[in-house]
Amino acid sequence: MTKSLVSISDLSKEEILALLERAGEFEKQPNQRLLEGKVVATLFFEPSTRTRLSFETAVNRLGGRVIGFSDAKTSSQSKGETLKDTIMMVSNYADLIVMRHYLEGAARYASEISPVPIINAGDGANQHPSQTMLDLYSIYKTQGRLNDLTITMVGDLKYGRTVHSLLEAMQYFNPTFNFVACDELKMPKQYKDFCDKLGIKYTETTEFDEDIINQTDILYMTRVQRERFSDLMEYERVKSLYTLRASMLDNSKDNLRVLHPLPRITEITQDVDDSPKAYYFQQAKNGLFARQAIICRALGIEG
Amino acid sequence: MEKKELAVAALKNGTVIDHIPSESLFKVVTLLGLKDLPNSITIGFNLDSVHMGKKGIIKIADVTFPEETLNRIAVIAPTAIINVIRDYEVVDKHEVEVPDELFNIVKCNNPKCISNNEPMRTHFHVVDRSNITLRCHHCECTVHQKEITLK
Repeated sequence: MTKSLVSISDLSKEEILALLERAGEFEKQPNQRLLEGKVVATLFFEPSTRTRLSFETAVNRLGGRVIGFSDAKTSSQSKGETLKDTIMMVSNYADLIVMRHYLEGAARYASEISPVPIINAGDGANQHPSQTMLDLYSIYKTQGRLNDLTITMVGDLKYGRTVHSLLEAMQYFNPTFNFVACDELKMPKQYKDFCDKLGIKYTETTEFDEDIINQTDILYMTRVQRERFSDLMEYERVKSLYTLRASMLDNSKDNLRVLHPLPRITEITQDVDDSPKAYYFQQAKNGLFARQAIICRALGIEG
Repeated sequence: MEKKELAVAALKNGTVIDHIPSESLFKVVTLLGLKDLPNSITIGFNLDSVHMGKKGIIKIADVTFPEETLNRIAVIAPTAIINVIRDYEVVDKHEVEVPDELFNIVKCNNPKCISNNEPMRTHFHVVDRSNITLRCHHCECTVHQKEITLK
């Protein structure tokens, strides 16, 4: 059976665990010719080199072939073609469509009209489930479990879709969250309501200090984006408040790992890179294995 | 008992939609497509109401609507009462019911939602019936009752 993946909430706890297990198998053996004879389309209506390369590498390592475009300017969309027409046309050629779109809900709509499964590689500010799967895989791999962890999220918790999706996905695993952000970028009410409804423990603070780091298992850093601020002085102030420096990790737990969806700008200083607790580059690599697992699920290919 | 003067003339046969919040009255008119009906229709706006202060009422002669059509108005007029009239008698009286899902009734408030940028029908889930809160099936944003705009 083929299955689209549009939102992390499309996945049950069992499906998440099955995908993580599958990702683990691909990490042991990334080159498996499971997509022999299959064509995968990567339709990037908005450029995202990192995500596209990761998906295309996943297809290549599985022995499939890739068609597609990396920028809407080179597609018929620039001539005014509807998304529906593009999807219907491409589904004539490909067995699976991986798409990134600047409009929210684009992937959901595509999954409703497409005869082939759709994998959402990001729809505007909404969802990016393969990022969430690689985050979960990184947590699982570094901690040996998903249950009962303390996860501290830092930076832009208002607009950061990765933190929202991770929060939703962790609902099955009894997490404790610390939300660290300035007032302008704090966790939106709807996600705190979500935690309250499900009895998920959380704290909220504007102070990013060692007290909170030292009780943390996963330190999930995010980028504070300049375009979120009308006042540049305020941006500079906030940016420096939510920056992680190596010295701040001195008394942290041995099992603590620092995650970041990348690209990182200044919110993690370069000296953290040398710490064994820095995990963001391996995290990005894990994206390959997570995406291999997601692609196989989408095409109904068993291991 | 002294009979109160009726603000709007009685109906022989048809449907009376009463207790519509005044601010939603014309939205209900639009939603039911009354503009295109050939029947006699009386529309009362800002009538005094004991319970609501001001209310709207619509009387449509010789028409009964399928339940599904009437429930579409529940999202903008959850207090509305439907009266079915036969021979000057109320033969059925009930509240409107908010459906679980709304197809092509409400417009998404997110300008970056695909449904505002592609010729397609909208789809909303009713996530909270008592406070009328909707979630867009496509962009997943939340729309509260006060913010609802019709498509």
